[in-house]
Amino acid sequence: MTSAQWASLIQAAVVFGTVIMYGAIGEIITEKSGNLNLGVPGIMYLGGIAGLAVAFLYENSVADPSRLVSFILSFGAAFLAAALGGLIFSILTISLRVNQNVTGLTLTIFGGGVANFFGGSLNKLAGGVGQISVARTSSVYRATLPGVSSMSPMMKAVLGYGFMVYLAIILAILATWFLNRTHTGLNLRAVGESPATADAAGINVTKYKYLATCIGAGISGLGGLYYVMDYIKGTWANDGAIETLGWLAVALVIFALWKPVNATWGSYLFGVLFWLYYYIQGLNRASQEIFKMLPYIVTIAVLVIVSIRRKRDMGPASLGLSYFREER
Amino acid sequence: MKDITKTFGPVVANDKVSLTINKGEILSLLGENGSGKTTLMNMLSGIYFPDGGQIFVNGQEVTISSPKDAFELGIGMIHQHFKLVDVFTAAENIVLGLEGKGRLDLKEVGRKVREICDRYGFDVDPNQLVCDMSVSQKQTLEIVKVLYRGADILILDEPTAVLTPQETDKLFAVMRNMKADGKAIVIITHKLHEVMDVSDRVAVLRKGQYIGDVATCDTDPQKLTDMMVGRAVKLNIDRPAPVDPQDRLRVEHLTVKDKEGVTVLSDATFTLRSGEILGVAGISGSGQKELLEAIAGLQNVEPGSRVVYIEPESGKEHDLCGLDPLKIRQLGVHLSFVPEDRLGMGLVGTMGMTGNMMLKTYGRGHGPLVDRRPSSKLATDIKEQLEVMTPGINYPVRRLSGGNVQKVLVGREIAADPTVLMTAYAVRGLDINTSYTIYRLLNEQKQKGVAVLYVGEDLDVLLELADRILVLCAGQISGIVDGASVTKEQVGLMMTHLNWKEAEA
Amino acid sequence: MSDIHGGKDPLVRIAKRSTISKPKAWAIRLISLLLALVVCAILIYSIVKMNPLQVYVSMWKGAFGSSRRAWITARDVMMLLCIAVGLAPAFKMKFWNIGAEGQILVGGIVTAACMIYLPQLPGPVLFLVMLAASLLAGAVWGVIPALFKARWNTNETLFTLMMNYVAIQLTSFCVAKWENPPGSNSIGVINQTTHAGWFPSLFGQAYALNVIIVMIITVAMFFYLRDSKQGYEIAVVGESQNTARYAGISVGKVFIRTMIISGAICGLAGFIAVSGASHTISTSTAGGRGFTAIIVAWLAKFNTFTMILISLLLVFLDKGAIEIATAYNLNDYASEMITGIILFFILGSEFFINYRLIFRGHHKEVE
Repeated sequence: MTSAQWASLIQAAVVFGTVIMYGAIGEIITEKSGNLNLGVPGIMYLGGIAGLAVAFLYENSVADPSRLVSFILSFGAAFLAAALGGLIFSILTISLRVNQNVTGLTLTIFGGGVANFFGGSLNKLAGGVGQISVARTSSVYRATLPGVSSMSPMMKAVLGYGFMVYLAIILAILATWFLNRTHTGLNLRAVGESPATADAAGINVTKYKYLATCIGAGISGLGGLYYVMDYIKGTWANDGAIETLGWLAVALVIFALWKPVNATWGSYLFGVLFWLYYYIQGLNRASQEIFKMLPYIVTIAVLVIVSIRRKRDMGPASLGLSYFREER
Repeated sequence: MKDITKTFGPVVANDKVSLTINKGEILSLLGENGSGKTTLMNMLSGIYFPDGGQIFVNGQEVTISSPKDAFELGIGMIHQHFKLVDVFTAAENIVLGLEGKGRLDLKEVGRKVREICDRYGFDVDPNQLVCDMSVSQKQTLEIVKVLYRGADILILDEPTAVLTPQETDKLFAVMRNMKADGKAIVIITHKLHEVMDVSDRVAVLRKGQYIGDVATCDTDPQKLTDMMVGRAVKLNIDRPAPVDPQDRLRVEHLTVKDKEGVTVLSDATFTLRSGEILGVAGISGSGQKELLEAIAGLQNVEPGSRVVYIEPESGKEHDLCGLDPLKIRQLGVHLSFVPEDRLGMGLVGTMGMTGNMMLKTYGRGHGPLVDRRPSSKLATDIKEQLEVMTPGINYPVRRLSGGNVQKVLVGREIAADPTVLMTAYAVRGLDINTSYTIYRLLNEQKQKGVAVLYVGEDLDVLLELADRILVLCAGQISGIVDGASVTKEQVGLMMTHLNWKEAEA
Repeated sequence: MSDIHGGKDPLVRIAKRSTISKPKAWAIRLISLLLALVVCAILIYSIVKMNPLQVYVSMWKGAFGSSRRAWITARDVMMLLCIAVGLAPAFKMKFWNIGAEGQILVGGIVTAACMIYLPQLPGPVLFLVMLAASLLAGAVWGVIPALFKARWNTNETLFTLMMNYVAIQLTSFCVAKWENPPGSNSIGVINQTTHAGWFPSLFGQAYALNVIIVMIITVAMFFYLRDSKQGYEIAVVGESQNTARYAGISVGKVFIRTMIISGAICGLAGFIAVSGASHTISTSTAGGRGFTAIIVAWLAKFNTFTMILISLLLVFLDKGAIEIATAYNLNDYASEMITGIILFFILGSEFFINYRLIFRGHHKEVE
């Protein structure tokens, strides 16, 4: 491969990786509270469609839409809609004590349904399949630093992205700092490790679980927003791509061993694996499909290796379990 | 506390209990298992919310609806099961749940912790991970945690259950220091000598009812026992003479390592005879669980270990090491095992008595289907003979009370017509009547010629029930002594010192 | 007791019900379903401005409006039911087999392969070959995660999930290999003229055989779980692995054996989907039903007869929603949205069956 090809692969990988990085960081925060939310794909769908729909409605209702307003509206809507998905999950699993896996899967069905329903409807409103476009809003997300276009391919591979690529990295660092260096982060980890202990220590377990799940979902939803606004440039396609990315985000949480910082390079690695087939010479279409298995097979390999090594700090101890105080 | 009432479903755990706790005083809350001591204190510490009654702190009526409310009122409880996060350090555990804005300053915490330690005589390393701590270190950490939060009322729930006599003395010394500092201390216990030893006043609960309180100096163990159980209890358990003892199980060089590769049972060698009860004493976690599970085929053992079963009559020998419970059964060895974790290992909680009776026999008979009839009959028999209180033999055993659960388990294991019967903490959490039923059943088995291995925690019971007592200390056998002639002090010493003979001298 | 005063009581407290009568439990479920339908009706009304009752009538028409529609509904119910029945033993064992999608796809792939490469075989022989191949393929796909779970306790939820995507890529690979006509990126109906490898019509109905096969499996699985020794082992392992080991049950063996069965039935579902319904294969052959079936199995508490009802409900909603979507020029995904809402309500209702709420001021009742 030439260096230009490398640069192009890295660019593709970073853009791809950023989508799942948001998903994974949000899910790590959720899982640190002991909630295993398998609704990440649905949540990313909700975030994506909400951002798109609000931007679309705004761009079509104003003669000269302001970039700033369209950005704030779409960003806020995506976060809120996704957090709402987290809230549904929280109400069902925390307050109504429904099994987390089943609730998560239902949320994925629901989120996909909502997003594709409205996405499809918006397309029709806009005049046909693939017609929806929020070019102006999308341009905010895709705006790069001035002067990037004249840089070398390798520099572009580092600096040539929209702001959300860097925001994801900042979020990962912030999340790490929050979990390890603040009182609230310590309390949150305690809730996920041993809710009974946290409860006895006066921590409002229910509140922490609710907040972590909703905020985590909101962050995951930004992955959907980034996908819609940057990856597919402000359009919509009912092709199930977000669902695939959502499941990869769930896998990435394990790959990252529940550490947000690991999720950064892990997500780029997933991106490289996902796009590698494109850069390997002499593959026909059929064998490309085989190559596209790579990210999944690597995740399986990580799962197996992790389980064989069986280290102690493999994730919150009470992950997936409900906690009820007065149970007897 | 006034007129406190708490019910769990049909069970009244506390019935209009009133209690006063004074500053600068150690109060013993005495009662049998299940008398409602812990429930009462859990309402003070905000774990449970009372169904009725009032709580006053310093004369002010208060509502304690969460542990946080309790902290704010200066009430701190040290639970029997430690509420610590294993993967956190001591300091992290101490500040857990405290209000704090922004950055977490663990150095500052460490400094304050050392201050408290110096004041009362604790020894805690703020940077040590909880999972690397011993039981008594964890308990110390719990107490420091409560003091760090400025508690004035400390409640200790059976703190000595997991401690050696030496560690207990140390704990009592610290408690006296705290008392001198003006703290109010409540110690929940059912051990009379501890009550006499450490407390100023005793309050007694029985079956959820408040019986009364007396100053320790005005009472004696006999009077307290009467208050606690309500009637004079014949404290002596039967110990019929062993019947025709023959070697039944020869354990040789049994060594077990846990998942992390730490040796938890080392080179255990002893012989279990038919027609006798061999008691096993030791601080909890000294290898009792591993010993029983290794014999039952549930633990991987190290090379060189042998568990030889000697068939009655024929005298044929089988090495059981490396066999799983099914293979042991298929050899024709009737090995019954009442494990410590009744619902987690011995029974299937969601199934009824019938389903549980089949646990070891479901594979019987030809064909792919199970035959429920024998199990259903067995369940009915056990229900009648052992007076199991259940709405029906198909009612999930998980919903039965602890004593009934144990009756189902012990009933099944005895019905399997064992030649070897192993029990782990068979009477833990049971009321006195059920406990005596269990002792009676064990003695019946012994007289039938069964070899009984009884792991217990109450030394008084072991001393009265067992023919011989095997004492474990840190995964090794420190000795086997005659149950009738040994003293409690001697067993206590053996539990804590491998080379106890030197320690004694 | 009248002396609760001073501080504040918690507004609502939760207590576990000791028992609940069956009619009451079903009443709660029914109420939650009705509530869900009301919420959906409001949603639908706000979008299409159509009388909600009218909506449900046309949904009914969409699902059962004609004999043909009723049979298609039946076909889809059987498909979902078959997968749910396949998942039941795995979930009863608390083995989170999220991988039904993949197991269906590999079952479908081998079925399609048989149809493409062996059309010359006599009908019954080809049928048996496809049956065996799909069972085997599904079993292999299901047993791989089980082997790792048994040996190293590898997390099966994510393992099976990833296996789905491996199977999807495998399907894409096969589609690329077999595409017909070339360049269409799809396989098209296989053996359109010869009907080789298609399910035969029984009693004049194309989908009668689907119903028969799935009903046999449903009944068999019910008794397998309730009355067989293996079913008992599954129940014990699902409740507590420690108890299972204590009883001498080899947990790993039960994992492996059960996942062979579970995977095989899901593979069979792939066979039915390809040979008995679509006569083609694509990456959407499973179409998310592997996930929906998990919820069916869970809600039915692994009772395969209850699964029939739940499958029927979900497929009815699906068909009905598609009908509305078509009528109002919306898109089919409305059905997933409605399904999601209804499932949320039904899942939530279980709480009110297991617990009761005690509101502030109702203490007198307790005494």
